[in-house]
Amino acid sequence: MSLHHTKHHQTYVTGLNAAEEAYAKASGPKEKIKLQAALKFNGGGHINHSLFWKNLAPTSAGGGEIPSGALKEALERDFGSVDAFKNKMNTATAAIQGSGWGWLGYSPTTSKLEIVTTPNQDPLLSHVPIIGIDIWEHAFYLQYKNVKPDYLKAIWNVINFREAEARFLEAAKQSA
Amino acid sequence: MFSIARTVVRPRLVNSFTRAAASIHTLPGLDYSYDALEPHISGEIMSLHHTKHHQTYVTGLNAAEEAYAKASGPKEKIKLQAALKFNGGGHINHSLFWKNLAPTSAGGGEIPSGALKEALERDFGSVDAFKNKMNTATAAIQGSGWGWLGYSPTTSKLEIVTTPNQDPLLSHVPIIGIDIWEHAFYLQYKNVKPDYLKAIWNVINFREAEARFLEAAKQSA
Repeated sequence: MSLHHTKHHQTYVTGLNAAEEAYAKASGPKEKIKLQAALKFNGGGHINHSLFWKNLAPTSAGGGEIPSGALKEALERDFGSVDAFKNKMNTATAAIQGSGWGWLGYSPTTSKLEIVTTPNQDPLLSHVPIIGIDIWEHAFYLQYKNVKPDYLKAIWNVINFREAEARFLEAAKQSA
Repeated sequence: MFSIARTVVRPRLVNSFTRAAASIHTLPGLDYSYDALEPHISGEIMSLHHTKHHQTYVTGLNAAEEAYAKASGPKEKIKLQAALKFNGGGHINHSLFWKNLAPTSAGGGEIPSGALKEALERDFGSVDAFKNKMNTATAAIQGSGWGWLGYSPTTSKLEIVTTPNQDPLLSHVPIIGIDIWEHAFYLQYKNVKPDYLKAIWNVINFREAEARFLEAAKQSA
């Protein structure tokens, strides 16, 4: 957690500020387009990690507990059960070929909860992010080494379902 | 051997025999012990990297090729392309990687006088300039991937190229590859990629690199 926050996320913040500064000084479309990769990588890294810290919580603060309510009902409706949802999310996230993120996302078009992945630091654009799981190796390697499934099993103990529900209710309201 | 067998043995027997034999990829052994690259790359990393990560690509490649052989048509085959590229690339890339590393006691880090050194000086100005350029390009990969010194068959020059994820290097002949997936360095170097990229040059097998270079130059002459 310490390295992830103070080194990795900080690097994206620093990189984003530098990219935006360069973009503001860019002389024309070609220069701006050249900067898109840096903006997407660092901007996405900042967005994704900011969401990530918020959708984690210590068990003492409700991490891992899914309250009865709209989110639980929607998960049961869209995946059959909360366990089925977790399994599907873990399978999709583990299957990413490289670095990336697994997401529970709310689709504004179908009004359903769906599992989506994004590569590298691409932010989730097609859906409203409800829960994100970082599957870059820096997110788990020191503790879990190559055994991704163990990390993906453990992380559900610290997923902040109350934050997830707040995001879900806001997303559902926005597209109502 | 298999092409001869194909002409003399009944087709059905040959198909299942060659198909089964062709899909059995195996994990290549290392020419050195896991801790032989210390202190530059730890034995723990080398062991996990070889027995877990590379093995997983070999297993995955065999499974993907088996599925591909049974695929009913183009659509099924196309669905399998990602698995073939990821696992096939992972197997190719890591096989090249183990060979282009060597303990310092076996010449790792030393660049012999000869064709490769001259070509590096010609195409990059100096060996140090080449290393810096390679490290910069490799560190700049946005995600997982590989940094390569490649020989361009079209320009006959040595060039620095990167590939994302486990994509194999196709545009150039691979001369030296550096794995920049986090599993390649994180246990030892954490987030400090530049330290890994500085250290690895102590164990790059320049003799293997020169052999690849000479072969590549010969092929495109």
